[in-house]
Amino acid sequence: MKDPKSKLAVIIGCGRLGSYIANSLSPAGHDVVVVDNREEAFEALSSEFSGFSIEGDATEFDVLKQAHTDRADFFVSATASDDVNLMAAQIAKKVFGVARAIARIHNTEKHSLCRDMGIETVNPTKLVGDIVIRSLQVFDET
Amino acid sequence: MSRQMNILIVGGGKPVYFLTRDFSSKGHRVTIVNHDREECRRLTRKLPATVVHGEGSDPGVLKEAGASAADVVLAVTPHDETNLVICQLAELSYKVPRTLALVNDPEHETVFQKLGVTTAFSITQILVAMIEQRVSYREIVSMLPVGEGKVNLTEVVLDSGAPAAGKTLMEIGLPEDCLVAVILRDDRPLIPRGATMLKQQDRLVLMTLPENHREAIRLLTGTTG
Repeated sequence: MKDPKSKLAVIIGCGRLGSYIANSLSPAGHDVVVVDNREEAFEALSSEFSGFSIEGDATEFDVLKQAHTDRADFFVSATASDDVNLMAAQIAKKVFGVARAIARIHNTEKHSLCRDMGIETVNPTKLVGDIVIRSLQVFDET
Repeated sequence: MSRQMNILIVGGGKPVYFLTRDFSSKGHRVTIVNHDREECRRLTRKLPATVVHGEGSDPGVLKEAGASAADVVLAVTPHDETNLVICQLAELSYKVPRTLALVNDPEHETVFQKLGVTTAFSITQILVAMIEQRVSYREIVSMLPVGEGKVNLTEVVLDSGAPAAGKTLMEIGLPEDCLVAVILRDDRPLIPRGATMLKQQDRLVLMTLPENHREAIRLLTGTTG
């Protein structure tokens, strides 16, 4: 029987970030679909990963359909391209109605666009940078 | 149509060159954004346009290219995602009233319009429409789907064998919900009425719906599906 708390996560990009999320969610009992246009990228998936991998280009609408984006609870777009992530997350949110769509965005100037379009963003550089700065106590925390 | 516009084009290659040449010759002000430094140099030498080097989907580059003063933004890079972001930034951050995006994936036409792009067009879709309506390219000079393809604007040339030549519009009996909007005869426009006689070499601008398009073309040109 399926755990009712189990969620479906669609992850675009099986690089370091994408594979890390997939390798964490799948053993925790969630259904995971990972999409990457390079087959060798799936080598980063661990032996405990029991989800699906789809070799395809996430900028093709049909590939998002094949990944069952319409049934997803979470959608994470974590490719190296801001624009691909922005587009895929918006389509997930606005066309497929996914409740939470998260895009990895490097260019901080694009954050306001993401906010306007209802997309959550993560900026790995900024996250790590902030932690480093905090640990160095360069700035006083208020 | 003669109002001067500020047109911002993002992309490269021959299409951008010819688009810019055409718009400039009509008195519009064109700014090009291109990410290839060498191509930017070449474009600057050959065209009376402002050329900005950079990634079009970078908000800072769009700002530098004067996006806030643009009347229309045309995003024609080879990447659908880049064209989407360019149009959205133009619309949301710089309040550009009209944005057009070239898309590779035909399904993105409707998707992009949902996401705020004024017009998304796919070469695939245009060619498929032309071929599926099975009309010969010779007679159909250009076709423009309007309102997400609910209405077609077509320019038709009456060849020597066209059954409509020598008849009045009334005699031809075009289907309902179909209109010959204008006739171009010897390069002069003529607004037709029912009693207007069509002649060989007339160019008709025809408004049709997808369901009566083929029938209308058949009655005018004799081309059958």
